[in-house]
Amino acid sequence: MDSQPEPVSYICGDCGMENTLKPGDVIQCRECGYRILYKKRTRRIVQYEAR
Amino acid sequence: MPTVSPLEMDDVPMGQLPPHIQLQRTRVFCASDAPTQTENIQYSGAYASMGVDNSFRLDDFVKNFRVEVVRLDEDDIEFDMIGIDAALANAFRRILIAEVPTMAIEKVLFANNTSVIPDEVLAHRLGLIPIKADPRLFEYMSENDTPNEKNTIVFKLHVQCKRGDPRITVKSDQLEWLPNGSEFQLVTDNSTSNSNSNSKPKTYTSFSRSQTSLPEFSEDSIALKHNDITIAKLGPGQEIELEAHAVKGVGKTHAKWSPVATAWYRMLPEVVLLENVEDEKAEELVKKCPVNVFDIEDVGEGKRRATVARPRACTLCRECIRGDDWENRVALRRVKNHFIFTIESSGALPPEVLFTEAVKVLESKCEQVISDLS
Repeated sequence: MDSQPEPVSYICGDCGMENTLKPGDVIQCRECGYRILYKKRTRRIVQYEAR
Repeated sequence: MPTVSPLEMDDVPMGQLPPHIQLQRTRVFCASDAPTQTENIQYSGAYASMGVDNSFRLDDFVKNFRVEVVRLDEDDIEFDMIGIDAALANAFRRILIAEVPTMAIEKVLFANNTSVIPDEVLAHRLGLIPIKADPRLFEYMSENDTPNEKNTIVFKLHVQCKRGDPRITVKSDQLEWLPNGSEFQLVTDNSTSNSNSNSKPKTYTSFSRSQTSLPEFSEDSIALKHNDITIAKLGPGQEIELEAHAVKGVGKTHAKWSPVATAWYRMLPEVVLLENVEDEKAEELVKKCPVNVFDIEDVGEGKRRATVARPRACTLCRECIRGDDWENRVALRRVKNHFIFTIESSGALPPEVLFTEAVKVLESKCEQVISDLS
């Protein structure tokens, strides 16, 4: 959809550091080596009905 | 109401109802078990045998109808509507609650929300915030309309709690009115439009001009009614960034568009002492009433008598006609065509304006019926 997809950042489950991952990368925090990363919320607009 | 045997009744003067029937026609009787004579007699020939015309006449209505304002302040009004049928009084009440339009937040666009309150719950909370904007200056936005300066009010909320700071409470005064419309850009499918840099980027609204430049909205005409409504709470590191789009609507679609906190009426209470209530009985009666309807007056020679001092305060709890034969001493009634109407505005329009708007709505409904029939 988008011409250049914005890089998705992940938050480390241990130290809270932001990581950017590319396809094929090892899922591991660059800072502390923790292997659980959480996907960060994108700034894409979501629309809700106020009802 | 003492019952009279038909054999002992006086001759009925023609052209006038006997008092007990007149009372039944104009009052609801509140007995200890149940109210009676609750319905209005509509049939024009109901009293034809007594030579009384019961038909509804516009001239009579115009002559007898009265409105008396009892109390009026910024958000509340209490007034008496006298000489009107319950059906019409109720129509006004229902129109006030469900059919007088206001502006309310309908769409919420989230860019970011990392708070503990979920997006959909926060959107719902925002929808319920009363907006002080005259709905008569706006148009309804139908499904295929694009949001423009005539049908949409845009608010922005961007709050952040820095790491290391204490928790913050987000109040409604942090919602900021955007008179130029949305600031969020629409994501376009083709990248070629990005090169067209001289045109304004497309946003979620298409305002042709700022709302502040329109003569009907001066600087302070659009605001929130209350600045201290808690919207959310943010912990350290949490952020909310959103835009809220308010549109015009009516209460029957969703209660957030209802212009009144509530609107209600009650019939005027009438409290009548059927016999003199004196001394101990009078004191007992004063004590019975929880809202202090009765007073005691001195009638000389050490005698004291109960009087009905504040019948309007009566809630018709019927405490005063409980027990013994109190029902023979005190009569509780309600006047069928006298309504004590109370309107509590939620803030978009003053309460007295709301009522005239409700009358206009009913008027347009009547015109619709007439044009449909002709």
